[in-house]
Amino acid sequence: MSAVPGAVAVGIRDLHVVRGGRPILPGISLSVRRGTVTGLLGPSGSGKTTLMRSIVGVQVVAGGEVTVLGLPAGHPELRRRVAYVTQEPSVYADLTVHENLRYFARVMGTDARRIEEVLETVGLEEHADQIVETLSGGERSRASLAAALLGRPELLVLDEPTVGLDPILRRDLWKRFHDLAAKDTTLLVSTHVMDEAARCDDLVLLREGRIVATGTPQELLDRTAADDLEAVFITLAESA
Amino acid sequence: MSPSIAVATAERVVRQLRRDRRTLALVLVVPPALLALFKYVFEAQPATFERIGAPLVGLFPFILMFLVTSIAMLRERTGGTLERLMSLPLAKLDLLLGYGLAFAVVAALQATITSAVGFGLLDLDTEGAIWAVVAIAVANAVLGMALGLLLSAFATSEFQAVQFMPAVVFPQILLCGLLVPREAMPSVLEGISWFLPLTYAYDALARVTEGDHGGRLWLDVAIVLGSIVLALALGATTLRRRTP
Repeated sequence: MSAVPGAVAVGIRDLHVVRGGRPILPGISLSVRRGTVTGLLGPSGSGKTTLMRSIVGVQVVAGGEVTVLGLPAGHPELRRRVAYVTQEPSVYADLTVHENLRYFARVMGTDARRIEEVLETVGLEEHADQIVETLSGGERSRASLAAALLGRPELLVLDEPTVGLDPILRRDLWKRFHDLAAKDTTLLVSTHVMDEAARCDDLVLLREGRIVATGTPQELLDRTAADDLEAVFITLAESA
Repeated sequence: MSPSIAVATAERVVRQLRRDRRTLALVLVVPPALLALFKYVFEAQPATFERIGAPLVGLFPFILMFLVTSIAMLRERTGGTLERLMSLPLAKLDLLLGYGLAFAVVAALQATITSAVGFGLLDLDTEGAIWAVVAIAVANAVLGMALGLLLSAFATSEFQAVQFMPAVVFPQILLCGLLVPREAMPSVLEGISWFLPLTYAYDALARVTEGDHGGRLWLDVAIVLGSIVLALALGATTLRRRTP
């Protein structure tokens, strides 16, 4: 599977999502290029998580079309090709990191040797035999990320994966993200940290369920003549 | 559906239980201890203990597995692991079978220990085979697990899940005929008892205890198994791939 230049990994047309009687996404359209790290940027409550859930196919949607890797979102075949890491680490707190990974590997039918690889990727080798409950918040998130990497997904959807991580670890993880993208994995990463936004290939600025702007970080900086992405966001959000 | 995923799930659930030593100790020690308590409370009425002792061995797993499953499944729901599993290539049936298998193993252990204490130390007697009591106990455990799984979908906190036990389990214990023969109940209550699965579970245990291996026993067992399938099917509908 080689990268097709300009190929689309995720296509969204007029997506409507209503949660608790409130329109969270009142009709948005978007496309995510294959083999890129796309950053989803916006304040808390802007609909980032709902948008990601819709792409993964776990969100009940009210209307619109979401196409993922050429299939409708939530298609059974995508369960092997798409991985999603929620903000809350979804691993078993009473099992060790290794036991969690072994279970998820068996569910996915992944070779057990892959466990050591993903442990190394997220830097948890030394904590493999520790019970998740005794890990720090950042370590738990990485355990959850490791589980998502097991199946070598083609699309990796990460909801704020670097919260609570020290800067060195954060830098290393972002390097891993780009390594994965270079091997044709598409990554959709939500964040509200501006310096992370700068590391993305593409950016999607989201505010109150609407897309304020899309483009590469440089394009957005040029367009607004702002000094940094924080200023870009403010300029674009206020003019929207 | 994949048997290897169901087995992996069962192993995972047992591993979680094993890690929680105190829970495991409670699951294995409380039933025989309660059985002993029953014996000494009814010391002046040995016939009562004779009558309800053996059926109790088979009913404990129902109560405990109901409780353990509703909490375990609630944790899967609130901890995000259920959502993760639902986004993986895992059939709902694999998850249900995994849980069923794990709790059947624990129930078999529990019923064996309780039987050993009851029939060995507490002079409990049965006309039928002890293994039949244990086998029905395992079926009851799976029934309790299936109902617990179903009801966990209606609980949003562990407080609520715990309250489902008095709400769902106690009425069945009162109405199943264990404490008062069903014929002696007001006709409305007896009528209701016909629709409760535990009625058939108790009836099967009472028949085994009395050495009655007739057709009614097999009918009881069939109804218990049918209730398990029904509760699991309803439980499966509460496992959603997509949530609001």
